[in-house]
Amino acid sequence: MSSDDGEECLPLSQRPEWADVRPVPQDDGPKPVVPIHYRENFREAMDYFRAVYLADERSLRSLNLTSEVIGLNPGNYTVWHFRRLVLEALNADLHEERDYVDRVAERFPKNYQIWHHRRWLAEKLGPKAADKELEFTKKIFTIDAKNYHTWSHRQWVLLALGGWDDELDYCQKLIENDVFNNSAWNQRYFVITKSPLLGGLQAMRESEVSFAIKAILTNPQNESPWRYLRGLYKGDIEQLLSDNQVPEVCLQVLKSGRNFLFALSMLLDLLCFGFQPSDEFKRIVEGLTNSESSSSDTNLATSVCNVLETVDPLRANYWAWRRRTLPSMVC
Amino acid sequence: MEKLEGEKHVKYILSVEKRKDDFESLVMDHLRINGAYWGLTTLDLLHKLDCVDQEEAVSWVMQCYHEDCGGFGGNVGHDPHLLYTLSAVQILVLFDKLDVLDVEKVSNYVSGLQNEDGSFSGDMWGEIDTRFSYCAICCLSILHRMDKINVEKAVNYIVSCKNLDGGFGCTPGGESHAGQIFCCIGALAITGSLHHVDKDLLGWWLCERQCKDGGLNGRPEKFADVCYSWWVLSSLIIIDRAHWIDKSKLINFILNCQDKEKGGISDRPDNAVDVFHTYFGVAGLSLLEYPGLKPTDPAYALPVDVVNRIFFRK
Repeated sequence: MSSDDGEECLPLSQRPEWADVRPVPQDDGPKPVVPIHYRENFREAMDYFRAVYLADERSLRSLNLTSEVIGLNPGNYTVWHFRRLVLEALNADLHEERDYVDRVAERFPKNYQIWHHRRWLAEKLGPKAADKELEFTKKIFTIDAKNYHTWSHRQWVLLALGGWDDELDYCQKLIENDVFNNSAWNQRYFVITKSPLLGGLQAMRESEVSFAIKAILTNPQNESPWRYLRGLYKGDIEQLLSDNQVPEVCLQVLKSGRNFLFALSMLLDLLCFGFQPSDEFKRIVEGLTNSESSSSDTNLATSVCNVLETVDPLRANYWAWRRRTLPSMVC
Repeated sequence: MEKLEGEKHVKYILSVEKRKDDFESLVMDHLRINGAYWGLTTLDLLHKLDCVDQEEAVSWVMQCYHEDCGGFGGNVGHDPHLLYTLSAVQILVLFDKLDVLDVEKVSNYVSGLQNEDGSFSGDMWGEIDTRFSYCAICCLSILHRMDKINVEKAVNYIVSCKNLDGGFGCTPGGESHAGQIFCCIGALAITGSLHHVDKDLLGWWLCERQCKDGGLNGRPEKFADVCYSWWVLSSLIIIDRAHWIDKSKLINFILNCQDKEKGGISDRPDNAVDVFHTYFGVAGLSLLEYPGLKPTDPAYALPVDVVNRIFFRK
C-alpha cells in the first residue's frame, strides 16, 4: 500500500490537502434532534473503518478510528471486535483502555458490546480488577439500578474475580433506596446462596426472613419480598409450615385491609401445603368476601380463591384454576 | 375499539427498508439482518410478504454470509455472530430458500460455538448467554442438524439458569427476565425438554407480568412494553398457560401502541415506533388470534405454515 493510499484512509481533517482549512462547526442550536453532520460523520467514519478493517491495519490510528465509530454507534460489535484485535497487536495499556470504556459505558449503559468488552478486559487484568469493576457497576446503578447487563456483569465479576465482602451490605443499601428493585432482591438471593464468606441459605434463613418481612410490612403490594420469602423456604415445606412468622405477616397485611393481594396468595399457598389456620384468618377472609358467594361449608382456601378472583380480575382464570385444583384435605 | 392498521404497518415496514440514511437506520446498521427478519416476518403475518422482492432480499442476506466460517453478520461486512445467523436462516426459510445455504457449513459454525458446560457463546469472543442457546437450537432445528450439538448438555445448562421463581436468567443466578425466559422455554420446547419446567410456577410468574393497563412487563415492578407481548405470551403458550392473562386487555394495549397515521408500533402508547416493536406487537396479536393475521409458532417465532413446511414436507 503506497503512502498515497494511506493518506486516503485518514479522516478528512487529517488529509494534508485540507490542513490549511479550519472547519467551521455547524450551529444547530442548543439541542438539535439529529444534527445533519452526524450522518455525514458517521458515513465517513464507517467508510474509513471499513478500509482499515479490510486491510487488517492494527495500528494506533485504527484504534483511534474505532473510538470515533464507537462514539457514533456503540452497538456495532464488529468495531469492538476489531478494537480488541488492535489492542492485542499494539500490546496496549489495558488500564487506559478501561478508563476509556468507563466513559463510553456511562453514555450507553444499555449496550451489550460494552459490557462484553469490559469482561474481556477484566479477564486480562485479572483478580485485581475486581474492585474497579464492582465500583463501576455501582456507578451505573446510581443512574439505572435495574440495568440487566450491569447486574449480569456484577455477578460475573463476583464469581470470576471475587470481591464478595461488601455484597450483602450493598444489596441492603439498594433495597433501602428502592424496595421495589427486583434486581437487588435477586442479587441478595445470589449472595446468600453463592458467597463463600457467608454460611449459606440454611444458616442465613432466619435473619433473611426477618428482613423480607420488614420489607413486606412497609409495602405489602411489592412483589419482590414475597417471592424472596418463598425462595428462602424452597424445598423445605416443613420449615415453612413450622415458622409462625409467615402466616403472621399475611394476617397483619390482611388486617390492614389494603394491598393484600400477595398476602392472600401466600396464605393460599400455605393452606395448600397443609397450614391449619386460626379462626382469626377465617373471620378476616370472610370479611373480604362477597357474602353471596360464601357459605358456611366453604373452606378457607376456596374463599381465598374467590376473593382473589374478584380483586385480581386480570388473573381471574388463574385463581379459578387454583380453586379447582385445591388439595382434598385443605382447610 | 381500536383496530389493527395492517395496511399502514406494511407501508411503514417497506419505507424503513428504503430509508437507509436516517437516524434509526444508522444506529440499526449493525443489526440490519435482525431488522430484516422483524420486518419480513411481520409482512408475512399480514399476508404481504410478496410486497418484497424475494431475490433481492435473499441476495442481500447472502452478502452477510462469511464463506470462511459459515456464520452470518449483522450487515454486509460485519463479523459473524449467532444472533445474526439465526435471523439469516429464519429469513431464508420465510422465502423457502434454504437451498441457497451450505447447510453443513452453517451448522458447523453454530455447533462450534457450544462450550464444555453445554452453554453457547455468541461468537469467537466467548460471551455466554441463554439467548445464544436459543439461537443455536432454533437454527439447528430449522436446518435439521441438531445432532451436531450435545443436546443433553445444552438442556442441562439452560436448566441451571432456572431460578426459584420458576423463571430463567441469562446465566446461572441471573434475574428472571421475560426475554431470557422466552429463549430458555423456546429452546426447551424445541428439544422436547419441557418436563424440566414447573409450568404452574412459571405460569404464575408470567401472568403476574400483566399490568393494570393490560400490557405486559418483563420483570416485577417495571413498566409494560409491547415487546413483552411476545416474550411473555409465547412462553405462556408454550407451557399451555396463556389463559391465565386477560387477553382482550392485552390486545387493547397493543392496538393503543400503534401509530395510526404513519404505521408502526411503539413500546408503549404515544412513543416513537420502530420495526422491533412493530414485529412483536403484530406477532403478539397473532398469538392472541387477532383476525386477519397468520398464526405464529411460539417457539420458532415464524408463521405456522412456514414451520410446517420445515417439518412436514417430503
